[in-house]
Amino acid sequence: MTVNAKIAISGVTKRFEGAGGETVNALDRVDLDIADGEFLSILGPSGCGKSSLLNIIAGFEESSSGRIEVDGEAIAGPAPNRGVVFQEYALFPWLTVAGNIGFGPASRGFRQSEIDGLVVHYANLVGLQGFERRYPHELSGGMRQRCALARCMANDPDIMLMDEPLAALDALTRVALQDELLRIWSEASRERMKTVVYVTHSIDEAIFLSDRIVVMTPRPGRIRGEFTVPFARPRQAEIRVHDDFHGLSDEIWLMLQAEMGR
Amino acid sequence: MTPEAPSATAMRQPVAEEVGVRRTGRSTSWLYYVVLPVLFVVVWYLVTDVVAVFPPALLPSPVRVANAFVSSTASGELPGNIGASLQRILYADLTALALGVPLGLAMGLYQRIEKLLDGLLSLFRPIPPLAWVPLAILWFGIGTVSIVFITFLSAFFAILVSTIAGVRSLDKLHVRAALSLGASRRRLMTHVVLPTTLPSIFTGLRIAIGVSWMSIVGAELIAASSGLGYMINYYQQVLRTDLVIVGMITIGVIGLVMDLSSRWIERRLLPWRQGMRLP
Repeated sequence: MTVNAKIAISGVTKRFEGAGGETVNALDRVDLDIADGEFLSILGPSGCGKSSLLNIIAGFEESSSGRIEVDGEAIAGPAPNRGVVFQEYALFPWLTVAGNIGFGPASRGFRQSEIDGLVVHYANLVGLQGFERRYPHELSGGMRQRCALARCMANDPDIMLMDEPLAALDALTRVALQDELLRIWSEASRERMKTVVYVTHSIDEAIFLSDRIVVMTPRPGRIRGEFTVPFARPRQAEIRVHDDFHGLSDEIWLMLQAEMGR
Repeated sequence: MTPEAPSATAMRQPVAEEVGVRRTGRSTSWLYYVVLPVLFVVVWYLVTDVVAVFPPALLPSPVRVANAFVSSTASGELPGNIGASLQRILYADLTALALGVPLGLAMGLYQRIEKLLDGLLSLFRPIPPLAWVPLAILWFGIGTVSIVFITFLSAFFAILVSTIAGVRSLDKLHVRAALSLGASRRRLMTHVVLPTTLPSIFTGLRIAIGVSWMSIVGAELIAASSGLGYMINYYQQVLRTDLVIVGMITIGVIGLVMDLSSRWIERRLLPWRQGMRLP
């Protein structure tokens, strides 16, 4: 275990009872250290336990055994220093964009003037200025996810947990938001790099965004391999057509392919 | 030319439909609402004042009813009865809200509470409110308390059932999002559970107003000495059918106004529902 790990996951197992009464190992003895300020992607097909792992780190679910420490302390339930962005946005439909972004600071007892300032700042950061008084149902999918991102960041969490945040979007919006995500992340991390744990089933998305990629395979959910992404930051959209990008993509694909054909 | 003719009509069909759609547009759609009521009054007038099909004591003409309306309004009798009924509705429905919403939230959130109460409540719910009239008269006598009690019962179950259904629609992701944003349990209740439930509470309130308006009139027929229900029953006994009809129309109009205004309030208070409303 590295000494300076931001998130230290050791021996995490998640078992639950399947429909037929059999025991399903969603996660099987997962060990993973995530460094401070790292952008780590967990990549894998559906059912590999990647979302389960994220939910356990978030504190939404408990592991059957094993331990997760953040800054050296075992986690106990959800906390505002571990922000979450969901695939389905999970915006509060009864609140406006401003209400959603301000929800975290308001929950933590900030004064209204401070909340208003944070709302303006983060709405600008994600490109939602002018939409503060709209309700989520009046926004497009891409704008909803921007709003969810701003809501998460308004709490200034050290860790951002993202569960396939772009999976519900169309291909073009998705690529555009990948670029945006990196820009927003680096701007929000100006004072201190935020650690990101990003769950996805898209190889290219994982490569484009991450410093490191962990590949998981299902039945039982295990970490099968690890890849370091060599591209420097800030990353330009063009690296997607770089030969090294394709090389890495093929390598990961072959690993997944071999596992799936097992 | 002949083979082309059917295709030409087929082409024109959608245009005709478009025109039809335009005619039902906002500017003239209110006409649809008044055509039949006006026709109804005309027919009523024809079979009473023009050709007296029914004896006036059984079915007075619309003119006599209008006169009765004016005189009973002027004497203060009608407004007094309206006031008495509305006041009872207000007491009953506010009490039903005050008890039904917290109980519904508790039953929706905690399975143990629901299991504990469900048996008892399921037993009481099918009893029609009017079946409580005899006991209510024995317990509370004739008057406001009895009426409010009976009306409350009918409103309470509507609000309770809707509130429980509303809590059930709570989205797990909203709860998770709120907790990860730092919401306390208390804030989770007031800022997530309650807003989720509010649309259902409103639906429950609208149903409650409807059923309590029906049961209040029924209860007033028997257990009151004022109110619109009492009024129509009293004038039936003295054969003043014109005043009976005045009372009935008033009951209908007030019921309609209450429903429309609660919809209006709902739209103002819950603007986000616009996006989820079914046509």
